[in-house]
Amino acid sequence: MSKLASRHLLGLEGVSADDISLILDTTHTFREVLDRPIKKLPTLRGLTVLNLFYEPSTRTRISFELAEKRLSADTVSFTTATSSVKKGESLRDTVQNIEAMKIDMIVVRHSSAGTPYYLTQCSDANVINAGDGSHEHPTQALLDMYTIRKKYGKLAGLRVVLVGDVKHSRVIRSNIWGLKALGASVALCGPSTLLPAEVERYGCDIYTSLDEALDGADVVNIMRLQLERQQAGLFPSQREYTNLFGITRERLKRLNKNYTIMHPGPMNRGVEISSEVADGDSSVILDQVTNGQAVRMAVLYLLSGPEAEGPQA
Amino acid sequence: MAETIDVIMDDMKMNRALTRIAHEILEHNGGAATIAVIGVLTRGAVLARRIAKAIEELEHVSVDLGFMDISLYRDDVHSKLDQPVIQRTDILFPVKDRNVILVDDVLFTGRTIRAALDQIVDFGRPRTIQLAVLVDRGHRELPIKADYVGINVPTRKTDQVVVEVSEKDGVDRVSVHPNHDGKGRRSETGGGAR
Repeated sequence: MSKLASRHLLGLEGVSADDISLILDTTHTFREVLDRPIKKLPTLRGLTVLNLFYEPSTRTRISFELAEKRLSADTVSFTTATSSVKKGESLRDTVQNIEAMKIDMIVVRHSSAGTPYYLTQCSDANVINAGDGSHEHPTQALLDMYTIRKKYGKLAGLRVVLVGDVKHSRVIRSNIWGLKALGASVALCGPSTLLPAEVERYGCDIYTSLDEALDGADVVNIMRLQLERQQAGLFPSQREYTNLFGITRERLKRLNKNYTIMHPGPMNRGVEISSEVADGDSSVILDQVTNGQAVRMAVLYLLSGPEAEGPQA
Repeated sequence: MAETIDVIMDDMKMNRALTRIAHEILEHNGGAATIAVIGVLTRGAVLARRIAKAIEELEHVSVDLGFMDISLYRDDVHSKLDQPVIQRTDILFPVKDRNVILVDDVLFTGRTIRAALDQIVDFGRPRTIQLAVLVDRGHRELPIKADYVGINVPTRKTDQVVVEVSEKDGVDRVSVHPNHDGKGRRSETGGGAR
C-alpha cells in the first residue's frame, strides 16, 4: 500500500525521494493506459476537480483536463476572462463559493507565487500547483524526470543542464529540487542577468557559458525565452541571446553520446533552440507532452486517496 | 489460545486442480486456438501462467498470456485506508473475438472480478470471458459465478483464505485462517488473503 506524505502538491522543494519515486512509478502504469484502445479508467468517478487558471495556458490546462476526464472525474474549468473575478471578486471568495458546490480537488495556475499554498488555507480540497509565478511548476518537472528515467532507466548519476531564465523559471526551480532529490547532477546555465541572487544556494554547477555547461552532459532541458525579459532590459537582444545560449546542432557535439534534448514548450524556434535540434532524433519534446498526461493522472490518483497527514509538499 | 489454521490444499492438490482446470478449459472451448489467458495480479497472475503452461503442454501450441492490475477499476478505491500500489497491466494481444480465460486465486465477494471484467472490455470485445478460480469461498455480493473452480470451500465471512504460491511465497498452499476482525484482504506476511 502507498501514500504520499502530503495531501497537496504545491512544489517539489522538500518532497522526499520516496514520494517522487512513488509518483514516477505510478506514472509508469498510467503511461500504459494511454496506449490502450480505450484510454479511460473509472478511478476518480464521483470526484469533482476544479481547474482554476488565472494565467494563459494551453498545454498544462489541456493536459490536466484530459487526465481528469480519462480518470472519469467531473471537471469544472474556470478562466478569469468569463468569471466574477472581472467584477472584483477575491481569490478566496471565488474558491470558497466554488467549494460550496462540493469540489474535491483544485488545480491552480496563478501569476503570484504562493497562491496554491494560500488555497490550502481557505479550502478543504486537495490542491495541485499547475504553476505559480516564478515559484514552482511541479508536474512539469515530474514529467521531465519521468521522460529522462524512461530513456535511461535511472536519474542518479546523470548530468542534466537546465538552460535559460534561471531567475524567473518555475520549471527550472521544480526541476532542480526533483532532480537533486533523485541523485542527478544538475547544472544551471544562463546570462548572469537571468541568474538569481545567491544562485549557489541551489547546490548546482553554475555556468554563464553554454559551451562549458554542455561539456559531458547527458540531458539538456532548454527553457523558453520570455521576450518580456528583453523589454525589462535583462538582455540586449534576441539575436545576442541566440548566439550565446541558443542550442544548435554544432553545440551538441559537446554532449555525451546518447544525449537527450528537452523543452517544456512552447518553443521559440530559432531563438533558444534551432528547428533541426527540436525535430532531431534525440529530441523527446513530444514524448514530454504525452508523459505529462500520465504524470498528471498519477498525481491526481495518488492525491485522491485517503487523507495523507504530514508536511505540505 | 492459538488459532487453528485449516490447510485445504497442498502443492499436490493445487497442481492437480490447475491441471484439471486446464483440461476443462480445452474441453469446453474445443482446443486452444481461440483461447487467451489473463491473470489478476498478483497471485492470479501466477496461477494464469501455470494454467497457460499446462494448456501449451497438452496442445503443443503457444497461448497468449496477459496480466492485469484491477486496482484502478475497484469501486472502493477512495474508501480504503491506503492507496493500493498499482502495477502495470500487460495485455499485449487483441482480445477481440477471443475466448478470454480470466484467472484469479480466490473468488469471494465478486467485486475484484467485476473490476476485471470492466477492464477487459476496455481492451476490446472478447467472444466470451470465462472465469477460472483456484478457490471459491462463497459470500458473493454480485451475481458472478466461476466457470472453472479448483475447490469450493465453505467459510465464514470473517475467515481469511490465504493462497500461497512457490513463485512468491516459497510454498504452494491454501489455508483458511479464522479471523474475527472482519477483514478478508491481503495479509501482511505474504500470501493472498481473501
